Amino acid sequence: MPRKTPLYDEHVRLGARIVDFAGWEMPVQYTGVIDEHRAVRAAAGLFDVSHMGQLEITGPGATEAVQYLTTNDVRKMTDGRAQYSILCNERGTVVDDIIVYRFSPTRYMLVVNASNAAKDFAWCRSHLKGNAAIRDKSDEYALIAFQGPLAAKILSNFTDYDLPSMISYHFGEGKVAGKSAIIARTGYTGEDGFEIFTAPADAVHVWQALLEKGKGMGVAPAGLGARDTLRMEMKYSLYGHEITEETNPLESGLGWVVKLDTPDDFIGKAALVDVKKKGLSRALVGFKMQDSGIPRQGYPIIVAGKQAGIVTSGTMSPSLEYAIGIGFVPRESSALGTEISVDIRGRARKATIVETPFYRKKTV
Amino acid sequence: MNAPDDLRYTKEHEWVKVEGNVATIGITDHAQSQLGDIVYVEFPGQGETVTKSDSFGVVESVKAVSDCYAPVSGKVVEVNDSLTDSPETLNEDCYGEGWLLRVEMSDPAEIEDLMDQKQYIAFVAEETA
Repeated sequence: MPRKTPLYDEHVRLGARIVDFAGWEMPVQYTGVIDEHRAVRAAAGLFDVSHMGQLEITGPGATEAVQYLTTNDVRKMTDGRAQYSILCNERGTVVDDIIVYRFSPTRYMLVVNASNAAKDFAWCRSHLKGNAAIRDKSDEYALIAFQGPLAAKILSNFTDYDLPSMISYHFGEGKVAGKSAIIARTGYTGEDGFEIFTAPADAVHVWQALLEKGKGMGVAPAGLGARDTLRMEMKYSLYGHEITEETNPLESGLGWVVKLDTPDDFIGKAALVDVKKKGLSRALVGFKMQDSGIPRQGYPIIVAGKQAGIVTSGTMSPSLEYAIGIGFVPRESSALGTEISVDIRGRARKATIVETPFYRKKTV
Repeated sequence: MNAPDDLRYTKEHEWVKVEGNVATIGITDHAQSQLGDIVYVEFPGQGETVTKSDSFGVVESVKAVSDCYAPVSGKVVEVNDSLTDSPETLNEDCYGEGWLLRVEMSDPAEIEDLMDQKQYIAFVAEETA
């Protein structure tokens, strides 16, 4: 039986189309992906991401334990900081991409993908080093992402927390609409925004308060469909697409969260040092279609007449109004401006490797 | 669900309107609603042939690719080129301005295999139950 988040009845009431996603009944869209996407870029969107998992690692050895599990440098973190990171296996390929939250040197929370939550918990538990304990706290949190240029202004009406002082990838504990919450300035859309963790019983209250206040200002509920197109415009990786247990984070362009130069070991470090030494054979690039057609995951990429790579994600970009794609190509064919082709239903369609993010916020 | 009574329907959610020897083909209201925002279409050109039950093109939403299957066989005599620039017409008016192709039927008896309005509505009800 698929599971339901605490906001399920709200989605149904708002007319969402519900799909099974990673074992959860989730809203894929309400009014339409394009409308919702544009609402997030222009005003703000509310996303139910309660299906995501929360793993808590505590104890005197928590910092060492998290440092060993993740590729980024946890020792650089201070209390109230969030850090994008990767769980790798010994082969140096990706178990999951996660956000690490540091409450204190003895208490961390890892927020993990819904599709990997059970796997990640088992993985972290069996690789937990030293004097630390891990608990799966996923059932104790609902999670609402409130993303867009108006998110901070609207949220400030509902919280006593000093939001302007909270910079990107920081978080704090406070009240939202009278309910206890963890407020993090994080997101997956390329817009300013927040991810708000509440008790499951408080989620509907917080969701309704933000939506009610924001409605007249263009705020809309947004589903998984818009979440996907928004992240693609930023070339953010999605597990199962750009990152998998068959890809290493270096070739996926995530080298910035893989810290090979610290004295500490982490799972997969030796393999990744080796990968780096040997040099990467492929690179993850963003491309813009020149011919008609929409690239989709799994379509072959053709370079100089030969199949040389593969599309990991693609869509018609709602902001840019042309088709964009993300995919792996041979390193030597990954320079900006390189002409490639995508095999779409047996026909080679021209595309050009372009700078990413595809979408850049208008700075006025 | 909107399904006019003067059309015939396939299990893959295409509709056909027959006028003499020419069949106008489109996708149903149910199909466009399930797909969501339609952003791309791809069809055979005028003069090409389509074969009953074979895929003759695709309709794509932001999220997904959906094949279109020919309800009848024949030669394409007209293509709705306006959809290339305005694929959203398929969401707005799938039985009117959003028609896809006109086909000169090679075997008009194939129409008899298709569902009528009542059968199609019952079919969709069963499929979505």
